Amino acid sequence: MRFSEVWLREQVNPDLTTEALVEQLTMAGLEVDSVTPAAADFSGVVVGKVIALEPHSNADKLKVCSVDVGVDEPLQIVCGANNVGIGLCVPAALVGAILPGGFKIKKSKLRGELSLGMLCSEQELGIAETAEGLMVLPSDAPVGTDIRDYLALDDTLIELDLTPNRADCLSIEGVRREVALLNKLDWQPVEQEAVVVEHDETLGVSVNDPALCSRYLGRLIKGVNVGAQTPLWMQERLRRSGHRSLGPLVDITNYILLELGQPLHAFDAAQLSGDIVIRYANQDEEIALLNDQSVTLSDDVLVIADQKGPVALAGVMGGKDSAVSDDTVDIFLECAFFTPEMMMGKARDLGLHTDSSHRFERGVDPFIQRRAIERASQMIIDIAGGCAGPITEIVDEMFLPKRPPVLLREERIAKVLGVTMVPETVEDVFHRLGMTVERQENGWLMTPPGFRFDIAIEADLIEELGRIYGYNNLPQQSLLMHAQLSSVPEAILGVDRIKDLLVDRGYQEAITYSFVDAADQQAVAPDETVIALKNPISSELSVMRTTIWCGLLNAAYRNVSRQHSRVRLFEGGLCFKSGDSDISQENMLAGLVLGSQLPEQWSEGSKKVDFYDVKADLEAIFSLNGLAVEFVAQEHPALHPGQTAAIQTNTGEHIGWLGVLHPTLEKQYGFDTSVFLFELKQKFVLNREVPKFAPLSKFPSVRRDLALIVDENMPVSQILAEINSFDEEAIREVIVFDIYSGEGVEVGKKSIGLGFFIQNLTQTMTDTEIDGLMALVLSQLALNLNAKLRD
Amino acid sequence: MSVTREEILAEALVLVSGAQDLNELDQIRVRYLGKKGEFTQQMKALGKLDAEQRPIVGAAINHSKEQFQTALELRKEALQSAQLAERLNQEKIDVSLPGRCQSVGGIHPVTITLRRITEIFKGVGFTVVEGPEIEDDYHNFEALNIPEHHPARAMHDTFYFDPHTVLRTHTSPVQVRVMEEGAPPLKVIAPGRVYRCDSDITHTPMFHQVEGFVVDTDVSFADLKGVVFEFLRAFFEKDIQVRFRPSYFPFTEPSAEVDIECVMCDGIGCRVCSHTGWLEVMGCGMIHPAVFKSVEIDSDQFTGLAFGMGVERLAMLRYGINDLRLFFENDLKFLEQFN
Repeated sequence: MRFSEVWLREQVNPDLTTEALVEQLTMAGLEVDSVTPAAADFSGVVVGKVIALEPHSNADKLKVCSVDVGVDEPLQIVCGANNVGIGLCVPAALVGAILPGGFKIKKSKLRGELSLGMLCSEQELGIAETAEGLMVLPSDAPVGTDIRDYLALDDTLIELDLTPNRADCLSIEGVRREVALLNKLDWQPVEQEAVVVEHDETLGVSVNDPALCSRYLGRLIKGVNVGAQTPLWMQERLRRSGHRSLGPLVDITNYILLELGQPLHAFDAAQLSGDIVIRYANQDEEIALLNDQSVTLSDDVLVIADQKGPVALAGVMGGKDSAVSDDTVDIFLECAFFTPEMMMGKARDLGLHTDSSHRFERGVDPFIQRRAIERASQMIIDIAGGCAGPITEIVDEMFLPKRPPVLLREERIAKVLGVTMVPETVEDVFHRLGMTVERQENGWLMTPPGFRFDIAIEADLIEELGRIYGYNNLPQQSLLMHAQLSSVPEAILGVDRIKDLLVDRGYQEAITYSFVDAADQQAVAPDETVIALKNPISSELSVMRTTIWCGLLNAAYRNVSRQHSRVRLFEGGLCFKSGDSDISQENMLAGLVLGSQLPEQWSEGSKKVDFYDVKADLEAIFSLNGLAVEFVAQEHPALHPGQTAAIQTNTGEHIGWLGVLHPTLEKQYGFDTSVFLFELKQKFVLNREVPKFAPLSKFPSVRRDLALIVDENMPVSQILAEINSFDEEAIREVIVFDIYSGEGVEVGKKSIGLGFFIQNLTQTMTDTEIDGLMALVLSQLALNLNAKLRD
Repeated sequence: MSVTREEILAEALVLVSGAQDLNELDQIRVRYLGKKGEFTQQMKALGKLDAEQRPIVGAAINHSKEQFQTALELRKEALQSAQLAERLNQEKIDVSLPGRCQSVGGIHPVTITLRRITEIFKGVGFTVVEGPEIEDDYHNFEALNIPEHHPARAMHDTFYFDPHTVLRTHTSPVQVRVMEEGAPPLKVIAPGRVYRCDSDITHTPMFHQVEGFVVDTDVSFADLKGVVFEFLRAFFEKDIQVRFRPSYFPFTEPSAEVDIECVMCDGIGCRVCSHTGWLEVMGCGMIHPAVFKSVEIDSDQFTGLAFGMGVERLAMLRYGINDLRLFFENDLKFLEQFN
C-alpha cells in the first residue's frame, strides 16, 4: 500500500516530521517499506501554454514554439517532442531552472534557433520512470504557476508492507485512523451526504444465498460523460499510489478503493441484460475479464451475473463485455461486501490477484458500503455528470460478520506481557482503538469495531494492548528456568564429532540442495523411486535426492572446472525415498574425494588417492564408535564394478557404500580422474558402546609371522574371519603386513604376510605352546581355505 | 739400542697429534700398546735387565706410556668432538620448509553458525530437536493456525508433492511435533533446512532456520524479549541495540519482528540496512492459543514464547558475506575462508 503523505495529513496531521511519522508507523506494526519523494529535486519550472508553433528550418524533428509562461512576452522555446501542439499546457523549465541531476537550463541556440528554456516530460522532472512525450497538463492550468506548487510535488510517497491481519489499514482512511489513535488525535471520518436521487430506475438484484453476499448495493447513474477529464489532484493521488489514470469512472472507483478500502465496480448498464444475480458459477462457465484474460470457472467461484451469464468475478474483477467504454452513457455502480471466508484463495486459484481480491480476502469494513457508494456517486456526478437513481440494497444482517465482545482478564495482561497496567491505561488504549469498553469484575468486555477482522479472542486484545503501549516500553527480563541437570548420553556420538573427524582428515563440508535434477538422480541411483515436486523452481531442482552424491558430484565438478585438482567434500543431511505407502527421510553422510592423496608438497610424490585411502577415512569413523563393519565386494549402478564395497554390520545390516564412480558416469560428468564416493546411514555411526574396562595381561606378548599362499581372488577378510572363527583367546590380534603376487608366486595365487600377536592372560606361553598354536592355525587354514605356507 | 725411549715417545706423540681419524688413532695405539707394541716390547724386555735397573727402567717406560696414553685420550676426544660437529653439520636441515601434511578441511559457514546458535541455547538447558523436511500440511500449516487459503500461506511460497504433503516452509512444525509428544515445561531449539519456492539474488529455494520455544506456567513477553536480546548480543559478541516491532504470524500473538542495529555500519545507515540503521533478523512472539489447542495444552495454565531466525542471514551479518547464493555453490575458495 503506497500513498501520498500530503493526502494522509490532509485530515490527520500530527506534529511529526516525515521521518518521525514513518518511524511511528513502523513501530506500530505498519512496516514502512520505502519513503520516496513524489518528484526529484528541481526548480524553475512553471506551467507554460504553447500559443504558436512553427517548424524548425534546419531540423525536421524540432519545432519552434512560442510559449506563454505568464510574463509579458511569450518565450521562444525549441522542442523535439512529438506531442507538442498549439494550446497545450506543459511544464516549461525557464532559463536558470535546475532539473533533476543538477542539469541547468541556459539560454541557447538549437540549430540556429534561440531557445529560452525547455518543455519537459514527466521523466525529465523525475516524476515518472519513463515518458513518451511532454507532460500534458489540464487546459485550465494556471500559466506561470510554479509546477511544484501546481502539482503539489513537495510530497512524500510512503509505502507500507502490511501484514495480512491489518486489512483495516489498506486505505488512507485506515492509516489516518491509526495515526490519529497513535498520536491521541481526535478524528472521525467525514460524514457522507446522500446524493440527490434524480430518477427512479433500478436494476433488480437478488442473492441466491445470503451467505454468499451479505450486503450488496447498486444504483443506476444515467447520462454520464465518460470523456470528462479526471481532475489533476485525483490523477496525482492515484499516480502516487501506483494507479494510471484510465478515465473518470475507473479513476473514481480506484480512488474510493484507496481512500476507503472499499472496492467498487461500474458496469456499462447498456451491456447488462436484465436483473443482477449473485450466485456461484456453473461448472465450466466462462467469462472474459477486463484484463483480456478468459477464465473457465468452477462451481465454487462467486460471480455477479445478469440474465445471460456472469458479468464479473465477485470481488475480483469485472467482465470485459460489461465494462465501461467510450460509448458508455448509463452505468450500474456496484458496491458489495463479501466475507474473507468466501473470497480466500479464489482469485489465486484462477491465477489472479487484484486490489479488490486482496482487500476482500483480508476483510473489508462490512458497514462502509453505503458511505462508499454515496461518495463515489457524488464524485461521478461532480466530475462526469449524470443523475443518480435510488440505491438498491440487499442485506442480511444474520450473515454480516459479527464482532462479539471479547473478555480481557486483568491477570492475563501480567501473565502474557509481564507487566501490570493500571485500568486507566488499558481502557484508554482500547477506547482509542475504537472499541466499546465495558468494565467487568476481573477485567473488561471489549467490542471491536466492524473493520477489525483480527480481533476475536483475548490474545488479540493483549497484542493490541502491547502494540499501542509500545513493545519497547514493555519490560524485559532474563529467562528464569528450573535448572534441572540433564544427562549427557555417552553412548550417543554427535554427528559433529564425525564431521570434525572428516575435517581433520582434509574434507570440506558442503551443503547442496535437497532437490536435484531428475536426470542426475536417475543416472546415479536408477533403482530408487524418487519423490518429485509438483511445482519445482526449475528442472534442475525437481526431484528429492535419494543420495547426497548428486549434489556432491555437481559441487566437485564446479570446483574442478575452477582449477581445483584436489577435492575432498562431505555433506550430511536427509535423503528421501518413496516407499510402498510412505516416504522415508533418512539422515545420511556422504563424501567425495578426487585428486592427489596429499596436497602437493615438496617431500611427497603426487600419488593419486586410491580406494584404501578413502577406506581408511571410513575406518577412522567406525573406530570412533567401535562398530564392527564389513566391506563386501558388491555392485552399485553408479560405481565401478570392481572397486565397490557395500558396508555392512557383522549381522548383515546395510550401512552404506564405498566405491569409485563408474567410468561411464565419470566421463558423463566430465571428470578426468577417478572420483571416490562414500555414503553412510548416520544412524549406524552415531551410537557407540560405553567403554568397559578389561584387565591388562602381565605376561609377555609374542609375535609370529606367517607367509601364506592363497587364491588370488580370496578376500583377506575371509582369511581373517576364518582365523577369528577358531576362537583362540591367545591370538590377540592379526595384522596383514604384506600382499605379494608375481615372480616366485604361482600364477593365480598371492602371498599374504600375516603377523600374529599371541598372549595369554594368565601365564607366559612356552615356545612349544606357541608352535602348537601356529601349527593348528596353519592346518585349519590349509584345510578350509587351501592355504599353503610360502616356501 | 739404536733408538732411545725418548725418541720412541717423541715419535709416538707426533703420530698421535697427526692422527686424522679414530681409526688411525687406534692403529697408533696398537702400534705402541698392542701385544707387539713398542711399549709392550720394552716392558717385555725388562726381564733381561738387572734387578737393580729393572724398577728404574720400568718406571721410565710406564711414565712414557702414561704420557702417550694421555695424548692418545686427548686426541681421541678432539677427534670425536670434531666428528660430532661434522655429523651435526651434515644433518642440518631447512626448518623453514613446510611440514609434511594431509590438509585440514573445514565446516560449512552455515553449520558453524548453527553450532554457535545451538551452543548458546544448550548452555541454558535447551534441548536440540530435529524434524522431518517433507511435512504434512497439518504440521506445517493447520496446527500452526494457518488454515487453507489463509493469506499467510501465500507468503510461504510452498513446494508441494501433493495437496497434503509439502516441503516444510519453516522449522515451526517441529514446535507442534514436540508439543504433541511432550508436556511442559519445554525448552527446545530446532535447527534445520527449510524450503520456499523462490529464487533470486536474495532468496534461495532452500535455506536454514532455527526455531526456539519455551513453554511453562509463567513465560511472558518480557522473557521473550530477554531471551532474544541476550541471544543476539551473545551471537554477535557485541552490545548491539535491539528493537521489537509489532508484526503478525498466525502462530504467535503478540508477534514481533526483531531488528538489530546494523552491524555493518553500527546503525549509521548503509547499503546493507537500506540506510535505516536497522536490520531485521528474526521473528518471535507468544505461542498462539490456537496452536496450544491443536496440541492439547491448556493455554490458561501455560504460556509459551517462540522465535525463529534465518541462519544464512545471521551468517552473512556475522562474516560480512554479501551474496546468499554463495552458500550453496560450494566453491572451495568460499568454503575454505571459514576453516
